[in-house]
Amino acid sequence: MSDRAPAIATHSPELEHHFSSLEQQLEASVMGMWVFLITEIMFFGGMFCGYMVYRYQYYSAWVAGSQKMDFRWGTLNTIVLLCSSLTMALAVRSAQLGRRKAIVIFLLITILFGLGFLGIKGIEYHGHWAEHQFPGLNWAWPEANSHLVALFFSFYWAMTGFHALHMVIGVGLVSWIAYQAWKGRYHSAYYTPVEVVGLYWHFVDIIWIYLYPLLYLISHKHISG
Amino acid sequence: MSMATLTAPSAERENYLNQEYGIRSWLLTTDHKRIALLYLLSITFFFFIGGFFALLIRLELLTPAGDLLQADTYNKMFTMHGQVMVFFFLIPAVPAVLGNFLIPIMIGAKDLAFPRINLLSWYLFIIGGLFMLYTILTGGVDTGWTFYTPLSTQFLDTHVVAAALAIFIAGFSSILTGLNFIVTVHRMRAPGMTWSRLPLFVWSNYATSIIQVLGTPVLAITLMLVALERIFKLGIFNPQMGGDPLLFQHLFWFYSHPAVYIMILPGMGVVSEVVTCFSRKRIFGYKFMALAVIAIAVLGFLVWAHHMFAAGISLYAAMIFSLLSYFVAVPSAIKVFNWTTTMYKGSISYMTPMLYAFGFIGLFTMGGLTGLFVAALGIDVHVTDTYFVVAHFHYIMVGGMVMAYLGGIHFWWPKISGRMYPEAWGKLAALIIFIGFNLTFFPQFVLGYLGMPRRYWQYSPEFQVLNVLSTAGATILAVGYLLPMVYLLWSMRYGKVANENPWNAAGLEWMTASPPPTFNFDQTPTVTWEAYNYDELKEVPVER
Amino acid sequence: MFDLPLWPPRASTTAGSVDALFIFLLTLCGFMALAIFTMIIVFAIRYRRRPGHQAEQIEGSNALEFTWTFIPLGIFLCIFVWGAYIYFQERTPPRGAAEVYTVAKQWMWKFQHVEGHREINELHVPVGRDVRMIMTSQDVIHSFYVPAFRIKQDVLPGRYTVAWFHATKAGTYHLFCAEYCGTMHSGMIGDVVVMEPAQYEAWLSGGAALGSLANTGQGIFQSLGCSTCHRFDTQGRGPNLVGVFGRPVLLEDGRTVIADENYIRESILIPAAKVVSGFKPIMPTFQGIVSEEQLNALVAYVKSLNPPPAGAAGTPNLKPPTSQPETNR
Repeated sequence: MSDRAPAIATHSPELEHHFSSLEQQLEASVMGMWVFLITEIMFFGGMFCGYMVYRYQYYSAWVAGSQKMDFRWGTLNTIVLLCSSLTMALAVRSAQLGRRKAIVIFLLITILFGLGFLGIKGIEYHGHWAEHQFPGLNWAWPEANSHLVALFFSFYWAMTGFHALHMVIGVGLVSWIAYQAWKGRYHSAYYTPVEVVGLYWHFVDIIWIYLYPLLYLISHKHISG
Repeated sequence: MSMATLTAPSAERENYLNQEYGIRSWLLTTDHKRIALLYLLSITFFFFIGGFFALLIRLELLTPAGDLLQADTYNKMFTMHGQVMVFFFLIPAVPAVLGNFLIPIMIGAKDLAFPRINLLSWYLFIIGGLFMLYTILTGGVDTGWTFYTPLSTQFLDTHVVAAALAIFIAGFSSILTGLNFIVTVHRMRAPGMTWSRLPLFVWSNYATSIIQVLGTPVLAITLMLVALERIFKLGIFNPQMGGDPLLFQHLFWFYSHPAVYIMILPGMGVVSEVVTCFSRKRIFGYKFMALAVIAIAVLGFLVWAHHMFAAGISLYAAMIFSLLSYFVAVPSAIKVFNWTTTMYKGSISYMTPMLYAFGFIGLFTMGGLTGLFVAALGIDVHVTDTYFVVAHFHYIMVGGMVMAYLGGIHFWWPKISGRMYPEAWGKLAALIIFIGFNLTFFPQFVLGYLGMPRRYWQYSPEFQVLNVLSTAGATILAVGYLLPMVYLLWSMRYGKVANENPWNAAGLEWMTASPPPTFNFDQTPTVTWEAYNYDELKEVPVER
Repeated sequence: MFDLPLWPPRASTTAGSVDALFIFLLTLCGFMALAIFTMIIVFAIRYRRRPGHQAEQIEGSNALEFTWTFIPLGIFLCIFVWGAYIYFQERTPPRGAAEVYTVAKQWMWKFQHVEGHREINELHVPVGRDVRMIMTSQDVIHSFYVPAFRIKQDVLPGRYTVAWFHATKAGTYHLFCAEYCGTMHSGMIGDVVVMEPAQYEAWLSGGAALGSLANTGQGIFQSLGCSTCHRFDTQGRGPNLVGVFGRPVLLEDGRTVIADENYIRESILIPAAKVVSGFKPIMPTFQGIVSEEQLNALVAYVKSLNPPPAGAAGTPNLKPPTSQPETNR
């Protein structure tokens, strides 16, 4: 690509040939990520919508299914994710200040939190699998309304599964920018990828903030009283 | 055909076609113009596949008995006709080809905001297309393009998952294109190119992009749930297991109704450019035209359940959706009136693109007016799922969008290829298409009101005469569609060399070379004029 | 030799009103289309490019824009009201309509008359009586479509949908499945035979009726043991079903539903979904145990436990405890 933009090559090396300034490039990238996140909202929105419709229709089955969620793991995972968002934000801040080592460290902690989340989710998944709570492949429900609770679990697996997939992608992206940061690619005038990946990471976090009460907490009052 | 043969006129300056050669320089390009040509090739390929299915459908329907194809084969034909035409031709047609080529040039940018993502879009489209081809070649799919559950999830053992995946992947191609356009229009405009100076083609693609970005992901997740339901035997949309098939329809149409506007808004943009150029006039009511496309995009999201008036939704929901459907008809009417008035006191020449624009306005008017019929609840109950609806949406999508697409291809062909197409052949093809189209689809309105349901492999004998007319029309239409492909290919080598602005048209794209250089302009232009400044352009007689 | 009808037969009250709106729209839209086409052609000829002719630039006109925004909107709203009015009638079955239970399956139509007659792909109805179709599907979505009546209603698995008509002309008319339902979708057709009342009575008495549908339902009700819990007093472990139909029912979770055909159906198949207040979810599911036809008979039986509204025909009144008006849905 370098042979194609001799006229602009005198500018900053991070500036891509079709932008006129780094500022324009940052604005475009950030806006692009926002638009992408809007599509992600619509993507998850389809599942949330289905979840809500059936929750209204089959409330008791939803409560019964939700009672099989371990609300302690869910809470722990929420805390883990919130912490990861904090470290991600700190990484972006470090990038703005141009502190290379700090960026790398915060990103590595973010990765650890991300992996921790996935690990805990894996433990939970394993438990559900062991208790035959995977509709279709491995399903057994001793109580009433078996196929309605299966519906709840269909949504549980689909929603948390797609969320976990986003987490895996997120961990991959953060690893990549951590590597780039380590190589010293980012400085206070150019840190667009850090900012953009940060936006994505916060978004994935926010999705969980909605999943957590919907899946773990709706039956909570039934447990306590 | 090899793209390397696309040599530009000899002894010419460097342009995007001759700057680099070889297959690699095309497959790894990030130049929006080259990607547009990649799209042009791929969607033309799919157009003829979808067209082949259409022809088989029409041949089967020549006689009332199911004699040419097996029932299952027929069902696969209309299913794959719909899927290929909607997802692999109509949706990418104008945005991914003409939009990709023109939007950066029209706003004075060097490229789209994210050139690599633009290339990724094309690769996603191709991967989706390969899945579709796999589906077709290994036995097809017979869900209907609508994938209605529980038929698609529980009762068919064709390649439903592969087809859903194909559309899922192609959907992401569409999302990324939309995303790219939105950011490009917001962030990449040349100095002086304000929102109120944007050509309406840009406005309409911008509105389209909003729909692509907001609607497509909902279709994506819906098809994913269908696939998961099939793979894991879930019950999300299966009433036997507590699921609700109407929920599927709501989710499906939440995308697929706005998708209708993805398939028509960009065409409206093309027509606005063509009508102004060949009337030598500013567009009548620029602001209203721009507002109208945004209004259509927004209102288009609020009318999806008008596909479900007979499906078992509640009485009052149906009334609200009918009412909103009439609201979305208003901006469409505004556009027709404005195009017509633009011609008033113009200086009109009948070049091929203008003939397509005439055709578009006429056929879109027919499609739009019959939309008033199907939006009327009482009538829709009778005509939904009949050939009336089939005719209605073909008037919009084929009569509207395909006419606009072909008009646009002809209009910008000198810019794309650097050569003129043969005008006489162009006019002949436009005429053949117009006649063939009306003969194919007008009888279907009558068939529909008579009560012939759609997707029927065999039918009652009293419907035969109209079906024969329709099949005859389809044959003419096929000839009409083959012609441009032949003479446009021919013109790439033998056509007259086009100058910078053969139509003496307004707009930044006509102020750079034909074909444009890789970075579109030698210097970033500064815009000081309004769109369609035909009053400032000297009128030169167009060569015939 | 040409058989070329251009207008479908008109054989129901609905057909007349749909045709009226359709003809109105044809006239209106035909006029609009003609006006636009004429303008385009006139402009294209009158202002064609020629030596000495220059385009005259016109910016636009707010007055015109508002005119062609609000006048069409006004017209559209009128069309909406007219269309919605017809739809409202189509979706509101009159009281006392004769009822025909319908089961659609790949690829046939099965009809159960309340009098006990059963038919496949053929539906006999009399001229001049309201007929209410209570329809469900055994597999995928189908659609009950009689072009001569201008009515269409999707038939869904897992629930009832309802259509009604009032035939006005004797004759044999097409019945089509209008929702794509698999391989032989186009073979899922039949005839609606509309008969003069006298002939219809003859047809009714001619066939081998097996006793009324409600009687059949009563038999199933007893043989499945429903009657051990659903007793006709307040002592049963399940709710007393007498007079329940059409009445609002308070549920265990505080919601209230109308006990319509769909509620009864769901309560048999998914008993725990909406449990009546004051009862325990102890009823077993009957999914896979009762067929769609048996389910229809059970629903007809539960309905027959209500006193019939005046004018209703055919439903035997087994228990008349309270007078409860039938609610239309």
